[in-house]
Amino acid sequence: MRLSPDQMIFWQHGFFKLNATIVFTWGLMLVLAVGSKLITRKLTTEHTRSRWQNLLEIVVTAIEKQIEDVGLQNPKKYMGFLGTLFLFVALAAVCTIIPGYEPPTASLSTTAALALSVFVAVPLFGIEEQGFGGYLKSYTKPTIIMLPFNIISELSRTLALAVRLFGNMMSGAMIIGILLTITPFIFPVIMTLLGLLTGMVQAYIFFILATVYIAAATRKRKTKQEPAPKLETTTN
Amino acid sequence: MLIDWFTVGAQALNFLILVWLLKHFLYKPILNAIDAREKRIAKELADADAKKTEAQKERDEFQKKNEEFDQQRAALLTKATDEAKAERQRLLDEARKAADGLSAKRQESLINDAKNLNQAISQLTQKEVFSITRKALTDLATVSLEERMGEVFTRRLHGLDDKAKTVLGDALKKNSEPALVRSAFDLPAEQRAAIQNALNETFSAEIHLRFETSPDLVSGIELSSNGQKVGWSIADYLASLEKGVGELLKEKDKPAPKPEVTVEPKAESPKPKEKPTPTPEVKAEPKPEPAPETKTEAKPESDKKAESETKPETKVEPKPEPKSAPKPEEAEPAIKSA
Repeated sequence: MRLSPDQMIFWQHGFFKLNATIVFTWGLMLVLAVGSKLITRKLTTEHTRSRWQNLLEIVVTAIEKQIEDVGLQNPKKYMGFLGTLFLFVALAAVCTIIPGYEPPTASLSTTAALALSVFVAVPLFGIEEQGFGGYLKSYTKPTIIMLPFNIISELSRTLALAVRLFGNMMSGAMIIGILLTITPFIFPVIMTLLGLLTGMVQAYIFFILATVYIAAATRKRKTKQEPAPKLETTTN
Repeated sequence: MLIDWFTVGAQALNFLILVWLLKHFLYKPILNAIDAREKRIAKELADADAKKTEAQKERDEFQKKNEEFDQQRAALLTKATDEAKAERQRLLDEARKAADGLSAKRQESLINDAKNLNQAISQLTQKEVFSITRKALTDLATVSLEERMGEVFTRRLHGLDDKAKTVLGDALKKNSEPALVRSAFDLPAEQRAAIQNALNETFSAEIHLRFETSPDLVSGIELSSNGQKVGWSIADYLASLEKGVGELLKEKDKPAPKPEVTVEPKAESPKPKEKPTPTPEVKAEPKPEPAPETKTEAKPESDKKAESETKPETKVEPKPEPKSAPKPEEAEPAIKSA
């Protein structure tokens, strides 16, 4: 029994290896990129448009709306990063209905990579918005005493982000695997449905947390400690 | 170990690549398309707004023009109506005036016609009556009548008042020529003598007389000298009667005159004798008095005869005239149609 698709290795050459995580990720990337390309190739600005274009427009505008709702003034600027996070995680979860597929997000390596991306992106966006000094100063708010706790918070929430997603996605696959041995009929289907729901919820949580972190980092008035812990406690 | 660091790096890279890819293939085109559409819609809406405002403006303008047109039309209409009314009134007035004039003229002409007709009828009647009377009297006037007349004349001479007498006497005396005595018939010598005597007596002087016959007198005797005249004749009565009837006719009574014309001559014949003053005219007052006398005296005989004879005649004749005229007319068509 393997806990992660990382352990399914197709090809290895020293440090380089090609495991299932990377392969499935490429597959998802291919689907997303080619699908987008195919649909957006025939975009129209007329009043009538294709259903696929409608779907994509709904998705994109929904993401945009969410980012805006959290409090980021210029959603299009963060659209690429945050939207991709959501779409990748969501598609990875949705594709679990395909037999033989294992979600790359069920690998701690992937979730760690995503969390690290957020961990790097938040200060970058913060610095871009407030300047280097301004961003660093935000760690000393409300008092200088809070500096170590702020730093710990940065690290811990990144860890939490990675582990939360990994735990949920892996547990879904694990539960189905275990249930198959106990009740091979009917019940696993329900659990698969539940897994889909969980995956979508996790995708949304991952996306919204990242947005909140960035929003907190780019906001001049800092109260960034509060939202993250709250969400963590509630979602876990 | 759950974390494979190579995989972490690879996934991070993959993720970044995916970000770029989606940015390039998904977000940008979709957002651009949405923006373009929104812009397009906004533009279309703006265009629509512009068109709407333009249309509104045009509509307002049109409405304004319409209102103006309506006002103008109403003004023109009222003006035309007023003019037509005035014209109608004028025409009506004119027509009424013309009609009034025509009817007045017509009435006038009718009145004139009626008057003329009346006049013609009365004149004709008068003329006829008098011609009949005249004819009857002429027929009746015989020598014996003339004798009576001579008597009447002489009596009248006697009856003259003093003033008349003196005037006439002066005239007779002054006149070197013999006085003229006119009569309808030749007077017999006796009568001439009687007249001569009467004159001589009356004026107590020798008066030369010249006798003459004149049928104009109808029946009577007249003495004229030096512009002065004394006489009695039926012609005088007739003349005065004619005059009286003419005056009566002028008083317009249409129905009355006709019967009166026929009746009066006989019934009233005595009265007009007050008027025969034509003879007295000359001598003024003196005669009115004798006149009635002479008449009343003179007529009993002759008048009674005349009346008895003339009545039927006069009554019969006037009628046939008006009737005889229409009768042939009526009869002729009747015959023709028959």
